[in-house]
Amino acid sequence: MGAGHAHVLHLDHRSPVHALAPEVKIVATLLFTIVVVATPRTEFAAFTGYALLLAAVTALARVPLPWLARRATIELPFILLAVTLPFAGHGERITWLGMSLSVDGLYGAWNIFIKGTLGVVASLLLAATTSMRDLILGLDRLRCPRVFTQIATFMLRYLDILADDARRMRIARLSRGYDPRFLWQVKAFAVGIGALFLRAYERGERVYLAMVSRGYDGRLPRPEGGGATAADWTAAAALPAAAAAIAVAAVLR
Amino acid sequence: MSLEIAGLTFAYPDGSVALHGVDLSVAQGERIALLGPNGAGKTTLVLHLNGILHGGAGTVDVGGLRVDPANRARLAEIRRRVGIVFQDPDDQLFMPTVAEDVAFGPANLGLRGAELQARVDEALAAVDMAAHRDQVPQHLSFGQRRRVAVATVLAMRPELLVLDEPSSNLDPASRRELAEILERLPVTVLMVTHDLPYALQLCPRAVILDGGRIVADGATADLLADDELLRAHRLELPYGFHPVRP
Repeated sequence: MGAGHAHVLHLDHRSPVHALAPEVKIVATLLFTIVVVATPRTEFAAFTGYALLLAAVTALARVPLPWLARRATIELPFILLAVTLPFAGHGERITWLGMSLSVDGLYGAWNIFIKGTLGVVASLLLAATTSMRDLILGLDRLRCPRVFTQIATFMLRYLDILADDARRMRIARLSRGYDPRFLWQVKAFAVGIGALFLRAYERGERVYLAMVSRGYDGRLPRPEGGGATAADWTAAAALPAAAAAIAVAAVLR
Repeated sequence: MSLEIAGLTFAYPDGSVALHGVDLSVAQGERIALLGPNGAGKTTLVLHLNGILHGGAGTVDVGGLRVDPANRARLAEIRRRVGIVFQDPDDQLFMPTVAEDVAFGPANLGLRGAELQARVDEALAAVDMAAHRDQVPQHLSFGQRRRVAVATVLAMRPELLVLDEPSSNLDPASRRELAEILERLPVTVLMVTHDLPYALQLCPRAVILDGGRIVADGATADLLADDELLRAHRLELPYGFHPVRP
């Protein structure tokens, strides 16, 4: 599967992490996130440990930090929510820089911030080291219901074509003097969305017809090729195993 | 006979009659052009060849096998024998990579493993696209996508290759390259087209379909030289083009 899908979240180069089979990376990311979320919010040392683990993966995958930081900004809306918690929280309060802050709210904000950040960075690392195509393949090998992987496969193939359609329709609108500046001019845009839906629908019918003509009977052939090796599983298990060890050590201490 | 159509009629559910008794036989290895104005029933006829449309009177036989929509096992064999290349390659190529798409048809026939890969390689080689097997369809040029679309049905080793407007939207070089590929394929070809010079170049024989009937059947050069016939069925040669009898 050497096909590179140009995607903003994917970093196309070679590294030991890139070379792992997609399914082991998906499982490792999921388990790591579960361990992080399950860790009590007051175990500050444990969260430092998790962050170091992710830093190690980042270095191993040769993902540049600014690249990662820019994409992690997707988390900002949640952080904004977390920032309000210390002001709105109940119970014991402390005064800091003249502001009265709820202790429980501070812990709550920390909880959202650190778990959210670790989860987002872990997912970004997965996306950076695995192409969309391989992600779908990995989900398929993990026995994800085929209807989901098939929908994702079609989306992967046709999203760009649909975006192209939309772009051409927009250029055609602009070429005829359409220059939407006010809300009441939005009608042409809305009609355009409707037209785009109809196009997508009609294309769906034509694609189906072409598939039936090639003997499609409701089941897509499962992609061939070897899955993950034992070495892949072992390598990928290192991340969640180390995280679990940190969590256990922190809780038992 | 590769293809034998007898008395085929078809009406769409809204009552509009698309085919009024079509008779057509195509010999093995023949290349034949199906000409006609828009709305003549060409696409309707094509979709009858592999049993996607059915329900009217008449019969279709492909390589001696009767198309019978009730017989599912036979329908699968019919769809192997009749390879339809649709007009828009983006409708045909739906898998993430070229090789996977070419493998789709033969995989539906039950091929797996090395045998399947051999089929894919063979089909891609036949259209000069072997070097692009792991590429993403949207990264190919339109002409390359059209050639891969041809490969997707060649991989099923069809008895009859049906091409819907094979030269549409191609630049002159891609159009010529496709012609060279089609010329050397050892299969029966039925080509639906408005591109009359292309029909003349590739197909020794042509039929004109109009109003759901075959109104002319003969040597392509003869049909294209008959101005009155062309005009009567809304067919026109490009400006400055005069067919030469071979």
